[in-house]
Amino acid sequence: MTARRTEILYRICWTVALLLLAVPFVFPFLWMISGGFKSTTEIFGTPTLIPRIWRFENFVEVFTYQPFARQYFNSLYIAATVTVLTLFIASLAGYALARIRFAGAGLLMLFLVMALMVPEEVTIIPNFFLIRAMGLIDTHWPLVLLPVFGPQGVVATFLMRQFFLALPKELEDAGKMDGLSRFGVWLKIALPMSRPALAAVAIITFLHSWNLFLEPLIFLSSLEKFTLPLALSNFNDSYGLPLWNLQLAATSLAVVPILIIYLIAQRQIIESFALSGVKG
Amino acid sequence: MAGKAFRDNAARAAGAPWLTLKTREMLEAWLFVSPTLIGFLIFFLGPLVAIFYYSTTEWNLLSQQATFVGLRNFHNVLLENPDFWHVVRNSVIFALGLVPLNMALALSLALALSRPFFGVVFFRTVFFAPVVTSAIAWAIVWKFMLQGEGGAVNQMLAWIGINGPNWLREPNWAMAAVIVTRVIKMVGLNMILYIAALQSIPRDYEEAATLEGASRWQVFRMITWPLLAPTTLVIMVLTTIGSFKVFDHIYQMTGGGPENGTLVLAFYIYQQGFKFFNVGYAAALALIMFVIVMALTLVQVMLRRRDME
Repeated sequence: MTARRTEILYRICWTVALLLLAVPFVFPFLWMISGGFKSTTEIFGTPTLIPRIWRFENFVEVFTYQPFARQYFNSLYIAATVTVLTLFIASLAGYALARIRFAGAGLLMLFLVMALMVPEEVTIIPNFFLIRAMGLIDTHWPLVLLPVFGPQGVVATFLMRQFFLALPKELEDAGKMDGLSRFGVWLKIALPMSRPALAAVAIITFLHSWNLFLEPLIFLSSLEKFTLPLALSNFNDSYGLPLWNLQLAATSLAVVPILIIYLIAQRQIIESFALSGVKG
Repeated sequence: MAGKAFRDNAARAAGAPWLTLKTREMLEAWLFVSPTLIGFLIFFLGPLVAIFYYSTTEWNLLSQQATFVGLRNFHNVLLENPDFWHVVRNSVIFALGLVPLNMALALSLALALSRPFFGVVFFRTVFFAPVVTSAIAWAIVWKFMLQGEGGAVNQMLAWIGINGPNWLREPNWAMAAVIVTRVIKMVGLNMILYIAALQSIPRDYEEAATLEGASRWQVFRMITWPLLAPTTLVIMVLTTIGSFKVFDHIYQMTGGGPENGTLVLAFYIYQQGFKFFNVGYAAALALIMFVIVMALTLVQVMLRRRDME
């Protein structure tokens, strides 16, 4: 009886400790949303979690201060493009690396591991001049090309390869017998079976592109080409000081939809990150 | 012989009469990897080689001309410019603060959350949520909360009678604030890696040890911790490399300030290359960063190999 009681006490202590620890993880989100509804005077007054006056106009001004709707759309379509391209290219390469024994595969893998480890900051200077020589400054091209062919693309390739390695070969052999070409086997048999891996790659690739900052910062200069993170950091007055309530309202608009999707699909999303992390 | 002839026939039947199966397979493989390979050559290997070239030049902004200056950039970085060593110091402090804190917290959370109990999914979801949030958004909110006057953090500290500092305006406090908020942002990732590792440890070991009369601490120290060693190693290297890469967080929260108190390597490269247009100097910095990351990776590979023997 006492053993059970200490066990229960132990559990309660743990739960209380975890709840306290959870505060800095949850509170910023609540504070962000609350700040987005406050007036400038309330922002600088004594802070309360529930705004005294709900200022919904903030969420309108966000769209007039910057072309925020356009910026939002930019982030969406760029992330979608990057995701689709990465899925295609990474599953092709991952399939070849898993299924075909070919000369040079080992060397290629070694190079890819290197690309995985080297941060974007190392190659960003030559890439800037390369993109400029291509005439693609202040376009969305570098935000698609660099992630698809950069470290994030390599992570995707390795994830796909790992998955294909674990897939039974028999079905593909049967397909070959039926006269499917290698491409046909990949498209009609291997890909449909690799939905879990494709989903994982899609999730981490989309989020990576959605949150990308260094590349937009360096390559974009016109407001209507900005992506969300760049737009968010741009809610400043003429002195460069943050317009807190607008900035927080815009940040809420950018973060809350992702959080909702995350809450709905948390298991799948967390698993995707676990997979990619173990790979790295 | 017969087998080879059969395979050749098969290749012929498949529509490439002039190829043996082996060559055909190889062509197919290279075709499959070609988009990845071409992208890799253009946007990674090319730039990586170019960095060596850039680091030996000085750029004139007006004429857009590069002049060869040999190793002068490295001389400037390492010997002339005191900023570099200040930046290295900051990066090392950042890593030394972030990595142990992140890993200790990640492991503690994982130990608490690796077994099912009421609320476990809730807690995992909460601790992982900042990972999916953009670093810029996270930094914006924390900068808002860490204001000296009227900031939520100082307000809470005031409740328990502590007079909080102006966090982001004093170099040491700013560094501490950046480290802690970064840990909160990223700890969920290491937490789930640890949870995955913990769940793959067979329960029998721990149960047997408990039956033998080992305390919880002894079980952890003698069984769990050694079995986690490979995971710990991977997490340590990834987190250390990640700490050298941190950019957006610093950009948004402190901009490298105050008094360059949070100026770290990745931010310094950006500043020199894209704010001050010291392209050669920035390239030399990037090369140094490359060497650091490669060294860390090599250490990991070597330790892992030793681990396996």
